Amino acid sequence: MAEEIVRGTQSGEVTLRIWRGDQDGGAFEEYVMPAQEGEVVLDVIHRVQATSAPDLACRWNCKAGKCGSCSAEINGRPSLMCMTRMDTLPPGETVTVAPMRSFPIIRDLVTDVSFNYEMAKRIPPLLPRSRTEDEEAAGGYRMAQMDVDRSQEFRKCIECYLCQNVCHVTRDHEENKTAYAGPRYFIRSAELEMHPLDTNDRRQLLQEEQGLGKCNITKCCTEVCPEHIKITDNAIIPLKERVVDAKYDPVAWLGRKILNRTKRTAAEAAVSAPAQGPAAVRPSEEVRGVPLPHPHDTGGAVAAAVAAPPATFPGDDAPPDA
Amino acid sequence: MTEYETHDYDVVIIGAGGAGLRAAIESRAMGLRTALVCKSLLGKAHTVMAEGGVAAALGNVYAEDNWEVHFRDTMRGGKMLNNWRMAQLHAQESPDRVRELEQWGALFDRTADGLILQRDFGGHRYARLAHVGDRTGLEIIRTLQQKAVADGIDVFMECKVLRLLHDPDGAVSGVVGYWRPTGAFVVFQAKSVVLATGGVGKSWMYTSNSWESTGDGHAMALWAGADLIDMECIQFHPTGMVWPLSVRGLLVTEGVRGDGGVLRNSEGQRFMFDYIPPMFATETADSEDEADKWYDDHTAGRRPPELLPRDEVARSINAEVKAGRGSQHGGVFLDIASRRTPEDIRRRLPSMYHQFKELAGVDITAEAMEVGPTCHYIMGGVRVDADSAATTVAGLFAAGEVAGGMHGSNRLGGNSLSDLIVFGRRAGIGAGQFAAGRAGAVTVDRGQVEAAIDAALAPFEREAGENPYDIQSDLQETMQSLVGIIRTGSELEEALGRIEELEDRATNLAVGGDPRYNPGWNLATDLPSMLTVSRCTTLGALERKESRGGQTRNDYPQPDPELVKVNFVERIAHPDAAAPGTGGTPSVRSISVTPEPVPVMPEELQALFEEVH
Repeated sequence: MAEEIVRGTQSGEVTLRIWRGDQDGGAFEEYVMPAQEGEVVLDVIHRVQATSAPDLACRWNCKAGKCGSCSAEINGRPSLMCMTRMDTLPPGETVTVAPMRSFPIIRDLVTDVSFNYEMAKRIPPLLPRSRTEDEEAAGGYRMAQMDVDRSQEFRKCIECYLCQNVCHVTRDHEENKTAYAGPRYFIRSAELEMHPLDTNDRRQLLQEEQGLGKCNITKCCTEVCPEHIKITDNAIIPLKERVVDAKYDPVAWLGRKILNRTKRTAAEAAVSAPAQGPAAVRPSEEVRGVPLPHPHDTGGAVAAAVAAPPATFPGDDAPPDA
Repeated sequence: MTEYETHDYDVVIIGAGGAGLRAAIESRAMGLRTALVCKSLLGKAHTVMAEGGVAAALGNVYAEDNWEVHFRDTMRGGKMLNNWRMAQLHAQESPDRVRELEQWGALFDRTADGLILQRDFGGHRYARLAHVGDRTGLEIIRTLQQKAVADGIDVFMECKVLRLLHDPDGAVSGVVGYWRPTGAFVVFQAKSVVLATGGVGKSWMYTSNSWESTGDGHAMALWAGADLIDMECIQFHPTGMVWPLSVRGLLVTEGVRGDGGVLRNSEGQRFMFDYIPPMFATETADSEDEADKWYDDHTAGRRPPELLPRDEVARSINAEVKAGRGSQHGGVFLDIASRRTPEDIRRRLPSMYHQFKELAGVDITAEAMEVGPTCHYIMGGVRVDADSAATTVAGLFAAGEVAGGMHGSNRLGGNSLSDLIVFGRRAGIGAGQFAAGRAGAVTVDRGQVEAAIDAALAPFEREAGENPYDIQSDLQETMQSLVGIIRTGSELEEALGRIEELEDRATNLAVGGDPRYNPGWNLATDLPSMLTVSRCTTLGALERKESRGGQTRNDYPQPDPELVKVNFVERIAHPDAAAPGTGGTPSVRSISVTPEPVPVMPEELQALFEEVH
């Protein structure tokens, strides 16, 4: 009963331009590969490994958009290689695959994402309330579906770190990494803060040590999230509101808000927002030889989100206008 | 001589999926110095891909459910080859383990009165699977990962373990491996070691498994002298994607069928009604009308045949395709579009909607999916003591997919996630107690370490030789075509011959570049385990001359009532004797296959099976 092996039909060739190198430098190298119907970028990367460059480094695990390992910048857009179909890219054009720009290079497409694991350790864990008598009898907590819906959205996160990569608070300002949790860990805090069982309070920590105020809600993180989590609208903005509620007297808050508006016009704000400011070029970019494309330069939805920056400022204590 | 660093721990756990994480949490809670070592980044292990749910008789949806019914379903699903004690512990303890996850932050979907919602799955009499849409594995691994981080457990990521080390008296003394980012070698000295390395599916061409599932734990245990059982029992999940080829094998959750999806052939016929085996005939609907009533009320009709255990459904799909009633790309149709509203489908199966939409261009709320069997899970594995997870080698423990016995010859859906948390915890306790009670200093033998390092580095020394990708691809083709869902003696013999050729070729591997994050080299170091477990599966499949669960022999199409009484035990004759040319790997040509009695179930449990017949 030998099983028949299904073969794919070849559909021409594709050219990939893949960044090869390490922390000491590197360059893009071109690979021309046969293509098959329905393939994703990761399939072609695997073909390069199997036939031309067995030492081409890339992370991957599930190849189904569930584990978040194969993050890269494809034609400048932060994406999962396993979920980017070749036929969604411009036909006949070379496809550029570069490592995530915001993390130190280990090799080729593999970056050192330990920043994220360190940030994860700084989030105070769930402190669940105790069970009621009724719950003890029922053998478990009672929570209404509508009360778990919000945290469930954030728990869809596959930790691909594309949001951490694209967030310009750290993408353009390496120095911010010491005190900025980033979108992934803002949704983690939001998930816990909105968890029906939680009794912990992370608001002061978020404001004082995790840089929640630095986020100026340009929504770049939301744009690149492969799980379509509304990071900015559903997590960061509500967190900012909670932090403000905790810290400020509402009257003083209103006063500061008005004062801010008179001090700085929207146009000035746009100029001083990091996304629009002079790009801070990291030393590693120069040694890599070829400057990596910035997603904000590639047009499309990401650029559109940045085109109209909201009138809040990084590091500003004021609550968002939203 | 290559340098290496050494870390000293009480308990070292290999693998950070559900079982490894759960073991680490328990061992750490006992106050022991615990290290968790994993081949990928934390949180990326195969558990993350589990979709449908975790089986536990919570009784939240059907109050009639209890551990005895779950135990009975598990044993029947496994065609009674299971280790009864494991199946019992699993059914008894999984509800507490699931509630514990909730205590640690997991947010399962809810019933109308706010309890954990449970869904129907194949072979489970009642709706029993706690779930979060179709991303339950992600929820569980994230919960355990976050608990492990909060507990301050030492996690060593992207570290490939090559070999187990042992004391002069044969007890495990640690492991040797290398850091994938740097290629530098590392030794973890340990009083006890837990294997939680998952499965073996990467040796097949079409699999739901990731690159990590190379059977490292199975192979290392065997090389160290531990017993493996029932390695022939491989689960082919009935519903993998079949098109495009790029995603062939990718899992389509059984939850699609649990939530009302049906299987049809190219003639539009719900063919599963033609394949109801006698063992399940009394409890399976014999008309579409009856089956459809069951979804809303399990007392209004019997179960639809689409929800038979996975081995039955996979074989039936295979038979339909062979009979020429398959879909265009060699599968059958899984239809939920005509049975549930688009809103329902998107709410209950969001990942499936997303996966088909983005990877196949198919809208599952409007069209049927094309699906076919995919290599998914190995029921066989390292022989363990049910209560302590101890293997037959002192100081070595195993939990999760790498352990054998729990699932018999066929695993029920949802019983894997529960297996991980029940036996992960037990392995943590077992290994912890062993470590705490181990007298005297643990010694690491430098010779063993160097042999493993030399073997790993050998492919760099060769100017020319075999490309590891070629050997992997030839092995996958061999296992897919000759040791697949339907097997026959002559083809298994042919497979064994081909595996021997591949073993010989693998002694002459050559890789370029340097050891820093080098996937070609990483694969070269995975191949010894892939080849060893493929040999074990093929040997077991030759010896078990019957059809039972995940072992289907065309030349022995019926179950043999004598063979349900035996496990086929595989062990290596001389664990320490290195085979020529392999630089330290014992000769797998000395593996023996011995039928040994399956533990006999006590009478009070046997009675559970008599009641229903």
